[in-house]
Amino acid sequence: MSEPVEFLTVQTRKQPNYKLRFILLILAAVICILISFVVGRFTICIGDVLQILISAFLSAVYGCISFVLSPFPAIQNTVLGFLSQFIVSIDTWDYAKYSVVINIRLPRILAALLVGAALSTAGAAYQGMFQNPLVSPDILGASAGAGFGACLAIYLSLGSGMITILAFAGGLIAVLVAYMVSRMTKGSATLSMVLAGILVGSLFSASTSYIKLVADTNEQLPAITYWLMGSLAGATMQDVLFAGIIIILGTLPIFLLRWRMNVLTLGEDEAKSMGVNTNRLRFVVIVCATLITAVAVSISGIIGWVGLVIPHFCRMLFGYDYRRIVPAAIIMGGGFLLLVDDFSRTIATTEVPIGILTAFIGAPIFAYLLMMGGKRS
Amino acid sequence: MNLSVHDLSFSYGKHLPLVLDAISFSTKGGDLLAVLGPNGVGKSTMFRCILGFLRNYSGEIILNGVNIKSLTHKQIAKHVAYIPQSTYPVFNYTVLDVVLMGVTNQLTLLSAPNQDHINEAYAAMQSLGIAHLRDAGYGEISGGERQLTLIARALVQKAKVLIMDEPTANLDYGNQFRVMCRISDLAKEGYIIILSTHNPDHAFLYANRVLTIQGGKVIADGSPDDVLDAKLIKDVYNVDVHIEEFQSATRHHKLCIPIEGGVKCETASLQMKK
Repeated sequence: MSEPVEFLTVQTRKQPNYKLRFILLILAAVICILISFVVGRFTICIGDVLQILISAFLSAVYGCISFVLSPFPAIQNTVLGFLSQFIVSIDTWDYAKYSVVINIRLPRILAALLVGAALSTAGAAYQGMFQNPLVSPDILGASAGAGFGACLAIYLSLGSGMITILAFAGGLIAVLVAYMVSRMTKGSATLSMVLAGILVGSLFSASTSYIKLVADTNEQLPAITYWLMGSLAGATMQDVLFAGIIIILGTLPIFLLRWRMNVLTLGEDEAKSMGVNTNRLRFVVIVCATLITAVAVSISGIIGWVGLVIPHFCRMLFGYDYRRIVPAAIIMGGGFLLLVDDFSRTIATTEVPIGILTAFIGAPIFAYLLMMGGKRS
Repeated sequence: MNLSVHDLSFSYGKHLPLVLDAISFSTKGGDLLAVLGPNGVGKSTMFRCILGFLRNYSGEIILNGVNIKSLTHKQIAKHVAYIPQSTYPVFNYTVLDVVLMGVTNQLTLLSAPNQDHINEAYAAMQSLGIAHLRDAGYGEISGGERQLTLIARALVQKAKVLIMDEPTANLDYGNQFRVMCRISDLAKEGYIIILSTHNPDHAFLYANRVLTIQGGKVIADGSPDDVLDAKLIKDVYNVDVHIEEFQSATRHHKLCIPIEGGVKCETASLQMKK
């Protein structure tokens, strides 16, 4: 042990209580979820919402139990009898309310949570991988590609399921092309990837513009324009299932590798010198982030700013360690987009596309963050 | 612990000139090897070869009898740590977090550091006298403190060879000596330290070996007192100097003083162009 070096003395700040902050964040997200069930054209009081949700949950449990316990009829009958009695006893609402909560609001809420979580996680991951806090998840052209895919599907008058699938495929193809272009260029790998992403993105945007030009102006053009502005209004349980599976599969590796992502933010050479296989790690993280961005955009349309702003908020509250940023981005991103979506369906008589609102909210917040950042350094 | 380099040659392209031309030297535990040479002479390239970042060189780099070309980054990181010039970070991690990143090599792919690792990191910080900066932001401390943070990270990595790229660049006069002093303590503990420097006085004060590179070739290799003289410095940096000697209470000192009129601005700018 030697004595402290007599360098400039720096005021040591105390480590904030991150656990408490996480608890508060989760609480805020849960409150957001409950509020989202209540508000809307058709207000449903919180008690009914809870009853409906519990009952729907128990009905699902009922289904599972009757399946699992089918070899044991005696036990099955007792358990199910008890359950159904309970379900009936809390069954005090009318069917219209049930339908609004379960068929309309639940898929939309789940979609908002998934899309918000996916975009923020992808944004946080890209920002670390490219060592640039100003990067957003569409940096590699995923959004532009997805937009083109969706527009093509609308132009060809395909169904809503195909819009989602073509959008997803378009997003992946765009990033793949950007990746291949960047492999063929010389110079810094990350810089050429970002440049290739911008290049491919503008190519797909131009293609989208061309489709808009030739599309039918009565039906297709409004549909295309509306899709590009982003909206969760059309989210179905099918969308949620499709996106949910891919988002969970794509987020899991990012979540598990979050310590190593810290090391990669130091740059190629330093990470390698600490024994990290940088090429493999960067590849895995970028593939996962791209996957979840593309699938999120495919069910929601283009929603900007969330993936850029939320990671910054996470850093303000939880520091720079990806061990905390990744879970924080998942919760905060989901909660934030849900809140914005509530506004999008309640502030005006017609729905305001959520992409417009996130820009209205995101841009001023980001300007504020930039000014704050400028002051500190 | 020993590291030897045999006939190391490297160029950045088939038709480009050699950056390193048959460099050979060897070091053992306890050495503090100062690599001297003007900018662009291949010091960093040599470091990048030893660290395994560059692989398409000719010649051999042998670490404890093993050719490092056959080792993965993970295996090299067990023995060789890299201490880059401290730059302002993109993300403002706490000092403890930065030091803690050094344990990554000892972790499995999906795991994160535990309390034992944190204690280890804290101990390394204590040994370098920066424990009080634990929760400070890495971007908010001074350059000297940042350099010591990176050294602490290398200690946590448990590598015995420390490669330092101009550890005193960008430091103020006092911090240069404080950082060099810590580094020379590490050499006395048995680490192999290879660092690049432009300051002959640092070599006189702290190094026990000097390797001078000019045009990709080793032009002098030996103890600073033996090889570092006015002629060598004139050859390498094109500056006329006078080497002054004096005796302090504890040891014999040598000091390098540029002679007035010994530096010609015109020649200096010509050297930059090259």
